[in-house]
Amino acid sequence: MNEHPQWRINALLGGGLLGVCLLSLLIGSQTIPLWQALQESFSSHPGVSAIILTELRLPRTLVALLAGASLGLCGAVMQSLLRNPLASPGLVGSASGAALGAVVTLYFGLASLAAFSLPLGGILGALLATLLVYLLAGREADTLTLILAGVAVNSFALALVSLLLNLAPSPYAVQEIALWMLGSLANVSRDDLLLLLPGTLLGWLLIARQGRALDLLTLGEEAADSLGVGLPRLRKRLFLAVALAVGSAISVTGAIGFIGLVVPHLLRPLVGYQPSRLLLPSALGGALLLLLADILVRAIPLPGEIKVGVITSLIGAPFFLWLILHGRRRAG
Amino acid sequence: MSLLKGQALRVVRRQQALLDGVDITLQPGELLGLIGPNGAGKSTLLRLLAGIRNADSGGVLFRDAPLGSYEPATRARHIAYLPQAGDVAWPMSVERLVTLGRTPHLGPWQQPGPGDRAIIDRVLERTDLLGLRERPYDTLSGGEQARVRLARALATEADVLLADEPVAALDPAHQLDVMDLLREICDAGRAVIVVLHDLSLAAHYCDRLHLLHRGRTLAEGPPGKVMSEANLQTAYGITLDSDDRKRPFKLPWRRSNLPSR
Repeated sequence: MNEHPQWRINALLGGGLLGVCLLSLLIGSQTIPLWQALQESFSSHPGVSAIILTELRLPRTLVALLAGASLGLCGAVMQSLLRNPLASPGLVGSASGAALGAVVTLYFGLASLAAFSLPLGGILGALLATLLVYLLAGREADTLTLILAGVAVNSFALALVSLLLNLAPSPYAVQEIALWMLGSLANVSRDDLLLLLPGTLLGWLLIARQGRALDLLTLGEEAADSLGVGLPRLRKRLFLAVALAVGSAISVTGAIGFIGLVVPHLLRPLVGYQPSRLLLPSALGGALLLLLADILVRAIPLPGEIKVGVITSLIGAPFFLWLILHGRRRAG
Repeated sequence: MSLLKGQALRVVRRQQALLDGVDITLQPGELLGLIGPNGAGKSTLLRLLAGIRNADSGGVLFRDAPLGSYEPATRARHIAYLPQAGDVAWPMSVERLVTLGRTPHLGPWQQPGPGDRAIIDRVLERTDLLGLRERPYDTLSGGEQARVRLARALATEADVLLADEPVAALDPAHQLDVMDLLREICDAGRAVIVVLHDLSLAAHYCDRLHLLHRGRTLAEGPPGKVMSEANLQTAYGITLDSDDRKRPFKLPWRRSNLPSR
């Protein structure tokens, strides 16, 4: 079949990712001599190219890398946990909660008082929304109840976002919120990177050893339970992980759609559909895709930058449709 | 010493007793058939014995210790459970799915070794799946899928196998194969509780039968005793139609020695 050894897929994605990272450092409105800038950045008097590299391009690249990896990884986790290929990392509230949290800080002007309040509000929103989904569904909930609770909390959070937009005190605030919602990596700084890092790493760490439990869930919840998977504990742990990782990512970048949905879906056949084998490739693939989209955004010669969240959805939606139709043709 | 024992098990859901004071014991080497009409509580009882659901009152003992006192991973090594509805979420290959049954024996970072491989090969052979080992699950027929799920449960090589209707989707020859296999496991010293709807299979293969009716034990003992006319009338509302009263429900067919598949 078209199943490849695990290491080859990871090596391929990892190599591609490295290349795209370099490309991301090179491409922008200014052309900078990379090697010279790199040398300069270690000297005591860095030039303009060095500053562009270390203060703008490097944080932007790293944020794209971390956020993309979180989205891909958490998409794979949620799909495996809920045993549903249509689950996205935001399904249990993390994305909409983060959006609401961030918009609240924008609405009340906290974001302009202290830069860190926006991502912090986002992470807090993600945690609260996820907790709400978990409590609403109940400890012993079946997967369908969880998904429905997620849908309900998501719609409610987005309704509150709309309400805040509706009531926004000035057109300026409306624009600020709306632009943030589109998802962008254009203005990320080193501080954003530092804000993104702890939640992201903690989330990844919580996911790290759960691959085997996700494998067992393939057999159904009862069979997994009988094989020693404590489902309530696994859910709690992974919900927290996704809220932390996706919440952090969304809070810094704004809403970026489709990566968490498409990447695991695309890679799954290549790893023989095994959930544990899907985790690392999905993280690498998510990072790769978000970086590519961000490079595309910078390379398109248009007045004003297109937001990267727009690009991922613009490319992601038709691509997803193609995947479904392609799969149906093959099956039928 | 009994291997597995349920005492005065009671489960209530929405003011209705699914199980109402059921006692059940399983001895090593025993093939115990759990029979009863739909809704009698068979699956609920099996879940309690597997340790994945708690009784409202009463308890389950494994080797004379409360089942809850075992770590989940330890319990999983000793008691394998095959649920009735086992939808497999992803079309993994047959071999990988069956390999999941070895998980309770693996350490946190340990991959299946040669010993595990040998067990998996043996199980695949005994379930007639060797030729299908690379096949994705979703390309298999319903009967083949049922055998894969059984093979997964067998791969654990647990002391106790709790199988909820393992032959429901199988053709007659494979039904016999599976029952032969369960018999073989028990003859090797392990023990099986199997939920069956096919009374002839139950009578033919099981050492003992446990007949549930409306959450209570209606009868329990050797097949000839449990399948009395009165019991079957009460539990299923059916009457015997057989001139051979000594061996009721003798299989009307048997395996030919000619290979047919």
